[in-house]
Amino acid sequence: MRQYFQRKLGIYVLTFFVAVTIDWMIPRFMPGDPVQTMLSRASLRPEAAQSMQAYLNSVFGLDMPLWRQYLNFWGGLLRGDLGISVWLFPQPVTGVILRAVPYTLALLVPATLLSWWAGNKFGALAARRKWLDNTVLPLGYVLTATPYMWLAILLAWLFGSVTGWFPLSGGYSFSLAPAWSLEFAGSLFWHWFLPFLSLFLVAFGGWAIGMRNMVIYELEADYAHYLESLGAPRRLVRRYAFRNALLPQLTGLALQLGVLVAGALVTEIVFSYPGLGYLVLQAVNNQDFFLLQGVFLFIVIGVLAANFLIDIVYVVIDPRTRTGMRGDTA
Amino acid sequence: MSGPELKEELAVATPAAPPGAATAVAAGPVPRARGRGEVLYFARRNRKLVAGLAVVAGFLVVAAVGPLLTDHGPNDYVGPPSQPPSADFWFGTTTFGQDVFAQFTHGLRSTFLVGVLGGGLAGLIGMLIGFTAGYRGGVVDEVLNMLTNVVLVIPTLAVLLIVAAYLRVRGVVPEAIFIGLTSWPWVARAVRAQTFSLRTRDFVDLARLSGAGGRAIIVREIAPNMSSYLLMSGILLFGGAVLLAATLDFIGLGPTSGISLGLMMNNAVLWSALQLGMWWWFVPPGLGITAIVGSLYIMNVGLDEVFNPKLRKL
Amino acid sequence: MSPVTLKVDNLQVWYRTLRGDVQALDGVSFTVGDGELVGLAGESGCGKSTLGKSLIRLDGRMRHVGGTVELDGKELPIGDSERMNGFRFKEVSIIPQYAMSAMNPTRRIGRMVAELLESRGVRFEGQLEELLRRLELVGLDPEVLERYPIELSGGMKQRMVMVISTLLNPSLLVADEVTSALDVSNQKAVAEALVDFRDRHYVKSTIIITHDLSLVYQIADSIIVMYAGKLAEKAPTDTLVHAPRHPYTRMLIGALPEVGVRYDTKRLEGIPGSPPSLLDPPKGCRFRDRCPLAFDKCAEEPPFREVAPDHAVACWKAF
Repeated sequence: MRQYFQRKLGIYVLTFFVAVTIDWMIPRFMPGDPVQTMLSRASLRPEAAQSMQAYLNSVFGLDMPLWRQYLNFWGGLLRGDLGISVWLFPQPVTGVILRAVPYTLALLVPATLLSWWAGNKFGALAARRKWLDNTVLPLGYVLTATPYMWLAILLAWLFGSVTGWFPLSGGYSFSLAPAWSLEFAGSLFWHWFLPFLSLFLVAFGGWAIGMRNMVIYELEADYAHYLESLGAPRRLVRRYAFRNALLPQLTGLALQLGVLVAGALVTEIVFSYPGLGYLVLQAVNNQDFFLLQGVFLFIVIGVLAANFLIDIVYVVIDPRTRTGMRGDTA
Repeated sequence: MSGPELKEELAVATPAAPPGAATAVAAGPVPRARGRGEVLYFARRNRKLVAGLAVVAGFLVVAAVGPLLTDHGPNDYVGPPSQPPSADFWFGTTTFGQDVFAQFTHGLRSTFLVGVLGGGLAGLIGMLIGFTAGYRGGVVDEVLNMLTNVVLVIPTLAVLLIVAAYLRVRGVVPEAIFIGLTSWPWVARAVRAQTFSLRTRDFVDLARLSGAGGRAIIVREIAPNMSSYLLMSGILLFGGAVLLAATLDFIGLGPTSGISLGLMMNNAVLWSALQLGMWWWFVPPGLGITAIVGSLYIMNVGLDEVFNPKLRKL
Repeated sequence: MSPVTLKVDNLQVWYRTLRGDVQALDGVSFTVGDGELVGLAGESGCGKSTLGKSLIRLDGRMRHVGGTVELDGKELPIGDSERMNGFRFKEVSIIPQYAMSAMNPTRRIGRMVAELLESRGVRFEGQLEELLRRLELVGLDPEVLERYPIELSGGMKQRMVMVISTLLNPSLLVADEVTSALDVSNQKAVAEALVDFRDRHYVKSTIIITHDLSLVYQIADSIIVMYAGKLAEKAPTDTLVHAPRHPYTRMLIGALPEVGVRYDTKRLEGIPGSPPSLLDPPKGCRFRDRCPLAFDKCAEEPPFREVAPDHAVACWKAF
């Protein structure tokens, strides 16, 4: 088990290292001078532009040797300094991101967990009932083929614009100031629901299909046939099959994290939900590269952390990782 | 590698593909079909495959012919603004008086281009790495496997975000190439796992004894034995590339000139089509993507049934 | 002969395929006596595994077309999986071909056995003592119950499955290719354990399905040889090996170097030609095309007829 975690952690550390390096390299190795690119494309007041240039020069330190620049970059990173936002100049990127992260997590975590849970349940049910199989399965394929933003757009249009049941944009009502009140909480929930639903539905389709296929596959496994040969009731066989099918579904969850995050980003953009996706859109429109790079690092860190959590869960439900009998699962 | 472990590898590797749809191919290496005739026989009779193929082919025709039906470009301001669908403008017009139908058909072209190019490149890289790692084994495998795992964990979209942001001029082709460069890992893993199991088989040994080189063995002996799997992986990669490109375009990092379906949705949201109820602006692009990708996934289920005798319904 | 445990009468089991029905088992009749250990041999695809499975669990594509199976005087409802459940494990049991992967990989073996027993209405605690005794008998440490299948070697898994399958003392045990995945020393151990289990009355009668005649020669009381979905010959082991009457049996024996001297990896496929397709089997004797003795009469189907006490053959030349 120790070896398993060591191996996993090794990969995550290496991945983080690679991600930071990419983050550092891209502005420096893309054609053109990054400082000039940023300045020319950012529409700033003249005095702001001046302090901006001074700041950029010091941050990039292009007159220093590359290895020095690289080390400085890491130094800043470890101090939590991701630079200063151009869009919200002169606020530090870290702060801007930290304010947005709770909103993204509030969408992403429940949507991911609930869709995974519900998808697995429905998928397993579909594997045993013909009529469910004939309804859930095609629906699942349509949902999983739907671009996240399109479902978000449709929901926003139908339930926000046409019927007016839900608000179309924002994280809470503009008429309210954040406070610990029931009214504010209600407003938060009201604004949260549609983006959540849209994320949930797309992800749900994928999990349901995956589970259905895995259960059918497990029911054809040798251990299932052996149990049936010994007269074990269908219930026991299905229980084993479901549990064993959860393992690849869990790995699937780890591998889908990036896609889910991407889904959350575009969903937030549709609903102008004040999470990381909204920041990304603003960063792109305002040529705010520091903000974009900061969001990139946050996403990477988040995905790696979630991966590690999933690894821990995996160890709990797959005995083979605990006994150290399994070689390569990475 | 023994049977159960191989199964595990595959089951683990495939869900990384476009969500869920991929697990259908997790059932392990598909035995080589017993001849072209039989495959065709089952293929023609498989409703999922035929229906999926028909939808995709339909969109392909629209993409090929559609742009020829209009004499203006997709971004030209040709009509009155914000018009619902009419005889003159089949899909209506945008806030700026652009022809949505023209945008849609041109956008379809970009979609197919990204899918073929991005998916194809990812498939090539995945196969190259998977075959090499699986066949060579040892240190080569260790290194390539590590590389695969790292790329697998890095959120693809996040990387594409910063790469695209720093590009001053963006086109569909570079976009497809970047997508191809980042979405290969699950293919590499699956191919590696299958190559592992195939390389110890008798016919591979025989080829090795008769003096065939590594590349020849992979191309002539190993790859043909997993051709059906590779075909299905290619389809999933195509769908994945299309969805990824749409996401990127929607964020505003799509092609700087020209049009794509993701960009259409981006513009629609940006210019308040939702609030204005201009459904004809944002429904077609999303519907197009969903229909194409969905049909591809359903085609894949059909293909799985065709290639895998166990799944054929009697 | 001792009282009869198993009586199979004109059993027909077909596989459904898109191209038509494969007549894998086409009118098979034989009996197995109390305490008898029968070897069932033949080339792959001859129907021997189909016969084994038919006695306990038809898979999804198999169909019971005709004939009856009686166990201890009761008819087995082999075409009705639900009703068959009552007999499985308790009356008839199997050690499957895939014993290496027969146990749920994510359950401790002891827990899996407990859940299996409880699901059949048998209390695990009541069986534990017996289970431990039998584990010891086959040379397994009681501690294996705390382990996961993946932690056991191939031979250990095989013996574990053997103990599980026979735990409720079934009347009939079908052992399907139990040794083919094992090395020579494990093969010997498993074969001896099968005899031992019979001698201790853990199982009343055993059918050992194998492609390896030299294995069953060592332990079986009698041997059945199958060819293309039909029985070719059944006789006490010594008779079958030293005085076979069916030309196919003779060729099989001939293909074995020094029968009985040692376990050999020599397979049965050493006979030129291949069996006919069972999709649309030819009329008459099915071995005709490969048979050196074939003559006109062989266009008619030979009955499976007793030529000596306990010795039945399906060949015109033998009558």
